[in-house]
Amino acid sequence: MATYSTNEFKAGLKVMLDGDPASIVENEFVKPGKGQAFSRVRIRNLKTGRTIERTFKSGETIEAADVVDVEMQYLYNDGQFWHFMNPESYEQMAADKNAVGDNAKWMKEQDVCIITLWNGLPLIVEPPNTVTLKVTETDPGLKGDTSGGGGKPATLETGAVVRVPLFVKEGETIKVNTRTGEYLSRA
Amino acid sequence: MNTSPGPESDWRPSATLEVLKLRARLLQRLRVFFSARGVLEIETPALSGTATTDPALASFATHYTGPRFPQGQTLYLHTSPEFPMKRLLAAGSGSIYQICKVFRDGEAGRQHNPEFTLLEWYRVGFDHHRLMDETGELVMDLLAQSMSLQSPERLTYRESFQRHAGLDPFATSADEFGQAARMHGISVSPELVSEKAPDAWLDLLLTHVVEPKLGQGRLTFIYDYPASQAALARIQPGNPPVAARFELYLNGIELANGFHELADADEQRARFERQLHAREAAGLPAVPLDERLLAALAHGLPDCAGVALGFDRLVMLASGARTIEEVLAFPLERA
Repeated sequence: MATYSTNEFKAGLKVMLDGDPASIVENEFVKPGKGQAFSRVRIRNLKTGRTIERTFKSGETIEAADVVDVEMQYLYNDGQFWHFMNPESYEQMAADKNAVGDNAKWMKEQDVCIITLWNGLPLIVEPPNTVTLKVTETDPGLKGDTSGGGGKPATLETGAVVRVPLFVKEGETIKVNTRTGEYLSRA
Repeated sequence: MNTSPGPESDWRPSATLEVLKLRARLLQRLRVFFSARGVLEIETPALSGTATTDPALASFATHYTGPRFPQGQTLYLHTSPEFPMKRLLAAGSGSIYQICKVFRDGEAGRQHNPEFTLLEWYRVGFDHHRLMDETGELVMDLLAQSMSLQSPERLTYRESFQRHAGLDPFATSADEFGQAARMHGISVSPELVSEKAPDAWLDLLLTHVVEPKLGQGRLTFIYDYPASQAALARIQPGNPPVAARFELYLNGIELANGFHELADADEQRARFERQLHAREAAGLPAVPLDERLLAALAHGLPDCAGVALGFDRLVMLASGARTIEEVLAFPLERA
């Protein structure tokens, strides 16, 4: 079993915390003038997404989490699972709803996603930072409105709803930032 | 902290030139302060054949081989200049101060660099309360151009815990400490949960709960520490007995640690031996005792109080820096 000591703690380190894989967000070395040193970490549970604080005695060890990030191409959804393929080995893998979560609305066939594997199984599915999607439904823009302030809602082919400028029409494709959910440009 | 990509950019200092100039000005002011008070500037070796026995401090060890020690000799980088300064005091130096680099293995963080600058001074005839007065005057003087502070406050260790952690540090069990930590929203590792040593809990609550609230708009001195945390301070009899030790805080940052110095050679030897046993129990390397310090104490240390102040942290406070890297030309990762 691989372990890490507090000396190895740093942002991004994947460890087991309370039985779940977790990622260290921030590690602070704390020591009183005379006495015991501590590692005070902010750590994100990769299953729940929740970030908590935890304090360790300096020198303690903690179990490493067998977590790796791989790039895989999204193939299709069968109603229950999202299927992916490793573009080099052609190996296929299915991710469930827990792994895909809210990112389901950005998933477009052929896009290359980052899949975080825990013990070889998909834990988190991250779509590309920017996706190009077709507008399937939006109100016609109001003529003469050039203020650009408000925008309007548009439904995209994957089901996501984003605010777009008034000039965007049904059938057009647009670029969207999946991290913020914001419209970037026409494709 | 910004981790730099490589030598192309991290050959540069991590402190601005402006902060380095501030460092120089503060050093100058320090020397003026002590010279005006007739305190003598001295220097003692950074390399020593003996090392601190404190289990919470790790000394760097290096090696000398050459004339005088043809077979080689282990030398330790000092973690503080305390022992040789006490030898000077015992030899009749009168009040002395020193500004020097000290070295502590295993310490790096927002407020820690393994090599840092300490200002340490000893006042003959002072007790720790008088030395708190002088420490306050010095720090107020050095920070006068950076911030306006109200007059310093003093709290006993007990009062600081009662006020900020809601418990009496001298009348709380390990289980109750654990509950108090949870109440303050502190989640600890399983190893810490089962911790039985009160001092470990006190250090946890001090650093996580009490310290952040100390030194808000004024210097806060904490004094009368638990006897178990006396280090090199004398113990005052009482119920409970307390250590004649103090610490200084500003903006939640620990800035200085002082003692009414223990002068009893037998008591000092007993503490060294207890610490060596604690080191052994914790699997830490054994270190040679400083017999010359014990001989100096046996000869007679004048009644005195001493304090060590983290100069880099003082510069952090004076410059508004968030990390120690911002006040060091070349911290650990650029050294």
